[in-house]
Amino acid sequence: MSAPLLQVEDLHVWFEQVARPDLHAVQGVDFELNQGDRLGLVGESGCGKTTAVLALMGLLPPNASVAGRILFRGEDLLAGGEETARSHRWTDVAMVFQGAMNAFNPVRRIVEQITEPMELHGQAEGKAAKQRAGELLELVGISAQQGDRYPHEFSGGMRQRAAIAMALACDPKVLLADEPTTALDVMIQAQVLQLLVELTTELGLALVLVTHDLPVVAQVCTRAAVMYAGRIAEAGPMEVLFHTPRHPYTRLLFAATPDLYGEEAVLSIPGAPPRLDQDIIGCPFAPRCDVSFEECRVITPRMLSVGNDHLASCHLNDSSVRTA
Amino acid sequence: MSVPERGSTDQEDPQAPLLEVRDLVTYYPISRGIVGALARRPKLAAHAVEGVSFTVAEGEMLALVGESGCGKTTTAETAMRLIEPTSGTIRFRGRNITKLAPSQMRPLRRRMQIIYQDPYDSLDPRFRVRQTVEEPLLVHQLGSSSERRDRVARAMERAGLAPADLFLERYPHELSGGQRQRVAIAAALVLEPELLVADEPVSMLDVSVRAGILSLLDGLRRTGLGILMITHDLSTASHFADRIAVMYLGRIVEQGLAHDVVQDPQHPYTKALISVVPKRDPRDRTEPQILTGETPNPVRVPSGCRFHPRCPAAFDRCPRDDPVELLPAGEDGHGAACWLLSDRPHLAHRGA
Repeated sequence: MSAPLLQVEDLHVWFEQVARPDLHAVQGVDFELNQGDRLGLVGESGCGKTTAVLALMGLLPPNASVAGRILFRGEDLLAGGEETARSHRWTDVAMVFQGAMNAFNPVRRIVEQITEPMELHGQAEGKAAKQRAGELLELVGISAQQGDRYPHEFSGGMRQRAAIAMALACDPKVLLADEPTTALDVMIQAQVLQLLVELTTELGLALVLVTHDLPVVAQVCTRAAVMYAGRIAEAGPMEVLFHTPRHPYTRLLFAATPDLYGEEAVLSIPGAPPRLDQDIIGCPFAPRCDVSFEECRVITPRMLSVGNDHLASCHLNDSSVRTA
Repeated sequence: MSVPERGSTDQEDPQAPLLEVRDLVTYYPISRGIVGALARRPKLAAHAVEGVSFTVAEGEMLALVGESGCGKTTTAETAMRLIEPTSGTIRFRGRNITKLAPSQMRPLRRRMQIIYQDPYDSLDPRFRVRQTVEEPLLVHQLGSSSERRDRVARAMERAGLAPADLFLERYPHELSGGQRQRVAIAAALVLEPELLVADEPVSMLDVSVRAGILSLLDGLRRTGLGILMITHDLSTASHFADRIAVMYLGRIVEQGLAHDVVQDPQHPYTKALISVVPKRDPRDRTEPQILTGETPNPVRVPSGCRFHPRCPAAFDRCPRDDPVELLPAGEDGHGAACWLLSDRPHLAHRGA
């Protein structure tokens, strides 16, 4: 098999802060993505999931510095600075931002806002661009004629679907969706999630879904990476994470999520994530973990393979630490 | 389901339910503008709440569940007399409070409290925790300064902010989201209310702390507080509420024990809503039954059953007749406003 579509290796992001130490928001994240994959990035707020995908887009603010490798079809997006990033942004890697439905320019028609990126990137112009915008709107379940309307004439769910159409304008291969349904009602959420799944099965798009909502990932994604304190705590197929988690954080996160039919008690996770402007000693989750032991507070756990396509970073899986 | 007549309704009755709402209607008038008024266009109103009935008993948690714009917050705020009802009756411990003057409402206010969705918005950033929690006592002129100090500490510890000393002098920005919501709850509890309305109490909070706040409310309920929880999240309602009332376009379309509504939904809207709730288990991927279109504008409510234009099971009666009352659908007051149930006479005896 050829190289993966997108490969992220040891990604780090620091934010420089005024009169305070740097904030190490992403602390060595690895994952890869193939055509048609649906990967969930889950975790509590502040765990670095949005920062990680913004780094993939090359859209971090000026006070951020990035290290590691982001390979798109083998080409490192970080190697050539902004120029390389720009040549792939929207055309290869596109993003639907959190609250994207509220990001439309209120005084321009929806269709004009979808054709704009095509013209900017030299993908299509004039009639051809408008034709393609109409097709994209149809794809997301909005009739082409409705594209002539203004954003305020659309409901929240329609605007969110139009935002997805806009992200697809330049025919990207990877779609990053940051909390795409958080502000939507469940019925509309179901429509948008179904659309995202269809885009991966029908267009072969690779999807990264960033959310704090585990059930949404469970229903949409085939694989997930659970992030904690800027690192991946556990990654693997969704079913494996749910039924046989190998990191206590994954297990506790599921236990904290009420299920419609679940009978067992819903438990909160005590404490709060660690500060990311200080060095973390040992396992970042140890202070909140219900099964931590002495070594957890001093030795940083290694990422270990704990099954087929299943990785976890916990000393419980590491016989060299456990038996020491 | 008839309402038992009571002789006098201006007195409280310790036997009566904590909160009893009957046929509540709240319209928001819509301005026609000067042109509309001159042209004598018909007066329009948003039918935010249109004939809602429910009760909340002592020590009970009722969840009002529905999508945004279905009228759940307006229902709760009208029931607390924060919004004037257009018609209907509201009884608090049997006393009819629908038309009480503000001065008569004031002593009742401290017995019914509300907490809101966003603890980042609902706390004054310039107030220390102590001031926020003490404020309601000052407003109601309760207690001496040392009594107030005791009550503040007690309320904070009931809300899980223990020891209170650790938090008293902090500002909201020094607290986490979960702690802020606990401060808001403490400020409600300091008045020792009998009824608490919780409007989306956890939807702004991180997953890891939600369960803590919900368990706190659950514990308060066990000590006798009646709780009306407003939520869009059926999973949360199914876990923590005793009963669920599902709202659609200003009307309760199904009501019953939480378990019955979730396990054996009767109204096609409830069924659709349940089918689209994402389940935690990835193997549990049932085909979501996505309704076409969106909730209609409450200014132009469809004829007959308001759900009929989107209902997959609608038949000839549905656009004609409005199912105003809930039809019995099972045990323990489980009912649904759906004509499909009228063909099931064997159930008719069992409901009430």
